[in-house]
Amino acid sequence: MTDSTPPALRDTRNGFLELDERSRLEFLLEFANDLPPLPPHYAEHEDELERVEECQSPVFIIVDVNNDVVTVHATAPLEAPTTRGFASILVHGLTGLASQAVLDCPEDFPLTLGLTKIVSPLRLRGLSGMLWRIKRQVAEKSVAG
Amino acid sequence: MTIPIDNTPKFQAYAHPEVIVSTEWLADHLGTPGLVVVESDEDVLLYEVGHISGAAKIDWHTDLNDAVVRDYIDGHGFQELMNRHGISRDDTIVIYGDNKNWWATYALWVFKLFGHPDVRLLDGGREKWIAEGRAITTDVAPVTEGSYPLVARNDENIRAFRDDVVAHLGKPLIDVRSPEEYSGERTHMPNYPQEGALRGGHIPGALSVPWARAVSEDGTYKSRAELETLYLTDAGLQKGDDVIAYCRIGERSSHSWFALKYLLGFETVRNYDGSWTEWGSLVRAPIALGTEPGRS
Repeated sequence: MTDSTPPALRDTRNGFLELDERSRLEFLLEFANDLPPLPPHYAEHEDELERVEECQSPVFIIVDVNNDVVTVHATAPLEAPTTRGFASILVHGLTGLASQAVLDCPEDFPLTLGLTKIVSPLRLRGLSGMLWRIKRQVAEKSVAG
Repeated sequence: MTIPIDNTPKFQAYAHPEVIVSTEWLADHLGTPGLVVVESDEDVLLYEVGHISGAAKIDWHTDLNDAVVRDYIDGHGFQELMNRHGISRDDTIVIYGDNKNWWATYALWVFKLFGHPDVRLLDGGREKWIAEGRAITTDVAPVTEGSYPLVARNDENIRAFRDDVVAHLGKPLIDVRSPEEYSGERTHMPNYPQEGALRGGHIPGALSVPWARAVSEDGTYKSRAELETLYLTDAGLQKGDDVIAYCRIGERSSHSWFALKYLLGFETVRNYDGSWTEWGSLVRAPIALGTEPGRS
């Protein structure tokens, strides 16, 4: 069976898996620090963003699909670095892809990063929630577009 | 050696002033031999962002909970954890954390399950320390492997299981969740949907005292007089009562447990860590709906 994980996310996964557990947390923190700010038109209208209910911290996402190219935006507070890290992984890994490539991303991607033991399954549900909400928005916006 | 207690007047009015310290006290005592600072957060990466110099990181999921069974680590696990952080049995531990010390009080409660003699809470936690512009660092200080003794966990005095709660019905129970969870409108805390239960409501007879009422805006505990108004005058607890506190998984109720046990001096207070995620999913467990305690 072929792995339908988008190439950038595959690289991210390999990046995590080749590190020891302590370094994986630091790698996740690098993602957290690298979450791009919202573009001004969304920063001024955060109410248009969708809250990821599966996350304990307030994280909001919105997806643009233009000419079948996906852009993912997300925002989460600085005091919630784990959530920011998760959001950043998906923002960097899914932005620029065709919508079908995003929809094909396996649902269990969050569980393949080698974080289950050091971050805990409960917290990883937040990442799963983000992924499926992004996919749902992509599906809706692709049809609408 | 003994680390002096914090003589802040607010603390002196508490039943056990020896278990709580101010940010100022900690800043003055950092680096004292025999003093170990522990950070315990909801967010598993927050410590990596920056922590009080020399602090050890202890995470509730990955360090304190058993990896398989819904339970805490056993004596061997605790011994290993303490040794990894170079903590000795006679060390003074000061715990702090995010989210107004939810996880810090939870960790403190677990330290007490193992009877660690001197564990104190940093009043106001991480948020207050940072708000005051006090130093944090990303450096992790090297530790020398400790030689903590093997101590069996003792659940009897401060932990309640569901059968204990059943036997306790009719005696004071404190539900520290939000009013919406208490009344049964929600089966989970606002914004925490993944820790749900199959049914909503509260344990019959439980009094609603949301945890946050015990703290001020800056996350510090309220004064003894204010806490007495909250728990005694308003909620109706009486001195000498045998009390069980619960929330959804036992962390917010650790925060209230700490206030009842150490600040007000209730001798017998237990934390029901199974809490609503267990009770609200138990077949045929009695449940009351609405804003009144209901009859047990």
